[in-house]
Amino acid sequence: MKKEKTMKLTLPVEEYMGPGHLACQGCGATLAMRYVLKGLGPKTALCIPACCWAVIDGPFPYSCLEVSIFHCAFETAASSASGLKAGLEMVGDKETTVVGWAGDGGTFDIGLQALSGAAERNEDILYVCYDNEAYMNTGIQRSSATPYGAWTTTTPVKHFKNRPKKDINAIMAAHRIPYQATASIGYPEDLVKKVKKAKETKGTRFLHIYSPCPAGWKSRPEDTVKLGRLAVQTGLFPLFEMEYGENCKLSIKVKERKPLADYVKLQGRFRHLSAEELKLMQEEVDARWARIVAQCGG
Amino acid sequence: MSKKKTLEKIVLATERDFPIMPMSLGTMHHNRTGAWRNIRPVIDKEKCIQCGICWKFCPDVAIYVENEYPVVDYVYCKGCGICAEECPVKCIAMVEEEK
Ligand code: SF4
Ligand code: SF4
Repeated sequence: MKKEKTMKLTLPVEEYMGPGHLACQGCGATLAMRYVLKGLGPKTALCIPACCWAVIDGPFPYSCLEVSIFHCAFETAASSASGLKAGLEMVGDKETTVVGWAGDGGTFDIGLQALSGAAERNEDILYVCYDNEAYMNTGIQRSSATPYGAWTTTTPVKHFKNRPKKDINAIMAAHRIPYQATASIGYPEDLVKKVKKAKETKGTRFLHIYSPCPAGWKSRPEDTVKLGRLAVQTGLFPLFEMEYGENCKLSIKVKERKPLADYVKLQGRFRHLSAEELKLMQEEVDARWARIVAQCGG
Repeated sequence: MSKKKTLEKIVLATERDFPIMPMSLGTMHHNRTGAWRNIRPVIDKEKCIQCGICWKFCPDVAIYVENEYPVVDYVYCKGCGICAEECPVKCIAMVEEEK
């Protein structure tokens, strides 16, 4: 007989996301939601625009989440959240964390104007962008979060995306919001820590969560978490925190970065790339990594 | 939680039964996503070191803890294989589902 041992659970045990939801097998966005709600707790209200999560949650009259959700129009995650927060304050509720929860399309493209407005007014909301790097829910169309080289249905193999990913974190830093951070579903403890910190901060908070998507990236569902980790270990998606657009701090210090090829080869969306194109991508990652490290002071 | 954890489908027979605002009335527990599965995870308790990693990474909240060991809820497990891939001692086998 083994000695009596207890399970080592490194995350809060409470679950606010139930099973039976409609996400694909191995979905990264569901993990993002599970972890964020673990950090925020039951006093939370979400504003969800059109995105995968508008579907995953379930059709009327069901919902797999145990917190309130408001399904809003595509471009209005941040403005709906601002309004909801103002309304709650009017009726004396100062406790509830109001969250704008949008995908990369609803953040980088369609919702950018509302987000910028809310950030400039410093509305007391938490904005979470779960980034799966394309419009997955409508059939994998390119967004401005799609990385260079990727296949999508609107950037087919012969005309793969030839523009780099938009740097949303630099845009948010330019708004000088009280708190912003990047996180990956490959590092849930770090993610929950950042969510808790965001919850305690007042003003606009922005969380950018890297959420691999097996259906859109043509990766194996079991590799989702591994991809979330590799994105960080290759330096492609550095995890950092910022306050008022400054004091950049790396949360996971990567001593020896893995080659980008390790990350790329697990995904069908990059299969067509030649060695030269891969080299270009690697150089881009190296340059950005050097920039971030310099910004964080070594 | 206070929410009605109903396993049954909610039936709204006529439009009169509809709430004035479209709002959620129950959880998704009636949706037995285990039917999506082609391969099923089987945990070898003898080798398990109780690290909780499989529990942590299940996107379908289909692993729960019972008597300090992880247990797969086959009603909802979609068979994605993340738990087997992430288990540090490789004590979860993905076996073909018999149809
Ligand atoms: S195979 Fe996937 S859905 Fe099933 S228990 Fe493992 S991680 Fe959860
Ligand atoms: S990941 Fe493997 S060793 Fe860890 S608790 Fe799960 S089954 Fe046990």
